[in-house]
Parts: sequence; C-alpha cells; structure tokens
Amino acid sequence: MAVAAAAGAGGELRLLGTWSSPWVIRVRVALGLKGLSYEYLEEDLASKSDLLLRSNPVHGKVPVLLHGGRPVCESLVILEYADEAWPGVGPPLLPSDPYDRATARFWAAYVNDTFLPAFRALFRSLTEEQRAAAFENAVPKVEALDRALAECSKGKPFFGGDAVGLVDVALGSHLVWIRAVNEVAGTNLLDGARFPGLAAWAERFLAVDAVREVVPDAGKVLEQYKGFRAKWIAAAGSTSKST
Amino acid sequence: MAADLRPEVVLLDFWVSPFGQRCRIALAEKGVPYEYREEDLLNKGDLLLRSNPVHKKIPVLLHAGRPVCESLAIVQYVDEAWPDAAPPLLPRDDDPYARAQARFWADYIDKKIYDCQTRLWKLKGDAQEQAKKDLIEVLETLEAELAGKPYFGGDNFGFVDVALVPFTSWFPTYEKLGGFSVEKCCPKIVAWAKLCRERESVAMALTDPDKVYEFVQFLQSKFGVKQ
Repeated sequence: MAVAAAAGAGGELRLLGTWSSPWVIRVRVALGLKGLSYEYLEEDLASKSDLLLRSNPVHGKVPVLLHGGRPVCESLVILEYADEAWPGVGPPLLPSDPYDRATARFWAAYVNDTFLPAFRALFRSLTEEQRAAAFENAVPKVEALDRALAECSKGKPFFGGDAVGLVDVALGSHLVWIRAVNEVAGTNLLDGARFPGLAAWAERFLAVDAVREVVPDAGKVLEQYKGFRAKWIAAAGSTSKST
Repeated sequence: MAADLRPEVVLLDFWVSPFGQRCRIALAEKGVPYEYREEDLLNKGDLLLRSNPVHKKIPVLLHAGRPVCESLAIVQYVDEAWPDAAPPLLPRDDDPYARAQARFWADYIDKKIYDCQTRLWKLKGDAQEQAKKDLIEVLETLEAELAGKPYFGGDNFGFVDVALVPFTSWFPTYEKLGGFSVEKCCPKIVAWAKLCRERESVAMALTDPDKVYEFVQFLQSKFGVKQ
C-alpha cells in the first residue's frame, strides 16, 4: 500500500470523477503511482454538481483535479501536471529528454485522437455489420500501437521503459473497457496471437499495484456496458427515421 | 570528401497550414535557424512519408535527422530542446499550474477550431449554420479567457498565443462564409491578433488573409461545395 505523501505545496487534492470512466482511471493511476492522497468525489453525469460545473465550465466533464481548490482539467494535462507539481515523487510519467518527451506526447495524442475514436465506433456498434466495419478499422490502430510499444520500450516492460509512463497510463486505463467490448462483440482487439507484445504489456500494466487498486471490477464494467447497449438498441428501435 | 551540409533543423510544411505556422513561429521566437521545405500534399515526398509514417501529415520537424510530429508536440519540443533560448514559450518550471492552464487552452484550440472551420467551408444550409454558431461560441470562450490580458499567458507571448494566432488569418474567411463580424463578437481577440502580428515571427509566418480565402475557394471547388 502506497504511503500517502503530503499533498504538498498548494494544498489538498480532490478528484471529481465517475467510477468507470477510463479518463478518470488515468488520473487515479497517476496519483496512485505518486502515492498522493486525495478525496474522490463521484459525479452523477445526469445531474452534475455545481462544483464540477464551476471547475470545468468549458467542457463540464470529468476528470477534474482540484489542487488547493484550483482546477486542472483534461486527463493528459492532469498527468503532466502531476509530474510537474510533485517532481521527484515517484518515477516521472514523462522522460527528461526532450526528444523522448515529444515521442511520448505523440503517442498519447495518437491514443486520444486516433485509437480511441476507432475504439468508440466498435463500442457503439449495434449491428453485426457496424461491428465488423468498426473492428476492421480499429485493427490497424492496434498494429501501430504494437509497433510503438516496441520502439518506445526498447525491450523494457513499458512504453515508459522500466516504469509506467504517460503512454502506458493513457492506453492502459482503457483496457477494462476494451475487454468488456471484446466480450460483448465477440471480437479480439489486442489479440495475443497477433500482437503478443501488446498483449503481454496489457497483463503487466494491469498487474501494477497502483493500477490494480483503481481499475473497476471487470464484471461491473461489463454490466454497465450491457446496460448502455440495451438503451441504445431500444432508442434505435423506437426511432422510425434517422434525422 | 565534402563536409556534411545537411541542415541541423528542417521543417516539412505546407504554406497555408496553421499547424505548420505554429512551428515556424516557435522556431523564429527561439531564434533557431532551420530549412523550410514546402511539401506537395497531393504528391507526398519520401522524406515526409518516412518521417511521419503514422499520419503522413505536415508539419514534421527534423532535428539532426530525427522526426518530431504533431504541431503542439513540436512547439513544446522546440521550447525544451533549446531551453536557453529566450523566450520560454510555456510558463516556467516553477509554475506547474500556469503550464497546465496553457496546455488546457492549447488542447481546447486543437479540439475545436479546425473542426469548426472545416465544417464552415465544407457544408451548406443548416449544417453550415451550426458550424458558424459553434465557431462563434469557441471564439467567445477564448475571448472570455483572454479577458483583459495582452496575451493568453499574461504579459508574455507564449504557448497558447502560438497555438491560436495562425487561425487569425482565417477570420476574414470565416466572416465571408458565415456572414458575421469577428470584431463585433470578439473585439479583444481581434486586438490581440493585431498585437501578435507586430512580432516578426508571427508576421513572417501568417498567410495573407486574401490568399487564405482563395485557398478555401479552391478547396470548395475541389470538394464540389457550391460557392
């Protein structure tokens, strides 16, 4: 169990989140890796708290990290902030070499801007046709990430090298959802036979203490996903025309 | 044997790209000499394809032959690889909160502006009207964030200014396509744009607004959008 470090200069930490959001998991993993203690506040996204709306007026989304009352929004921004506000506390998420930092930022942006939209299409697919098309579109993105892992890790366990880094957290926090979607869709994104490097990395990431402590129960995530799909299917069935 | 005359820093770019311009501004602000190479995006060269195999897009910065891709990653790289070159583009290390705010706003600009402006020129009717409304909302949000400061970062030109300023050459195009006045809805942004253009780095990098509009008209005809 990580020893809780003082929240440090700047005051107390609070995290606004939802229990299954992978973007919130990213922040919880980072804070856990740094041994930082914080108050976690569960948001109801159907009825957002004043605190959330005041703290993130631009997007109204979680996660929001409040440090001494000051909000930091957007998960990757929060991750870099955690490195910079608590330097020397736990291994850094970003390397110190500028070229390696640029590489880490490139792949974190790839996860957000290229991989996740492709995954989302699979996550949202309702018909077999949509599922097949989404899967076919997502596989090349997984291939790219598998190659990125080889390049970035240089034979070490993580994208960040010996220790978990920015890209590990950015991608790894979505694994529980990738598995839930695979189970329902009958797909095998991150297929161990095709992408042994990435599959092995996934097991290593999920075994890290700070990750195990915050990743939600796979069964609960699966249940939530099935609940979403039931709603989407009902909504699709009840509309006779698309707008 | 001739000495290796390869330039230390090369920027693969496209003349009107606001993303490329961010990089040109950052390099100029830091006084880093570089070779600018214009890419033909309809016939991409080997160097571009080899340097950015993932996206095959400009801008790409090559530093001693090693490629850096994605404009905001490039701008941060320029700031970090030439740390002794003034001015710092991101707030200094002793203010992580200010750095987080700068990254948040640069991310906001990246998420919103290009998408809105693309929908504004590509679409017609209700969809175009929605693009205009969205764009105005984005500009108003940025106007509120700028508030009374000279620059987004405060007293000094920095990361968020670099991220946004290339899009200011597109304002007259937004106005012609959307039938609205940027100055009327966002006077502070317009004043900020004028202030930024007094900097040589910005004046040299930005495309003339008339040429931007011509380029958009060319795109519209290429994509069969009724003008």
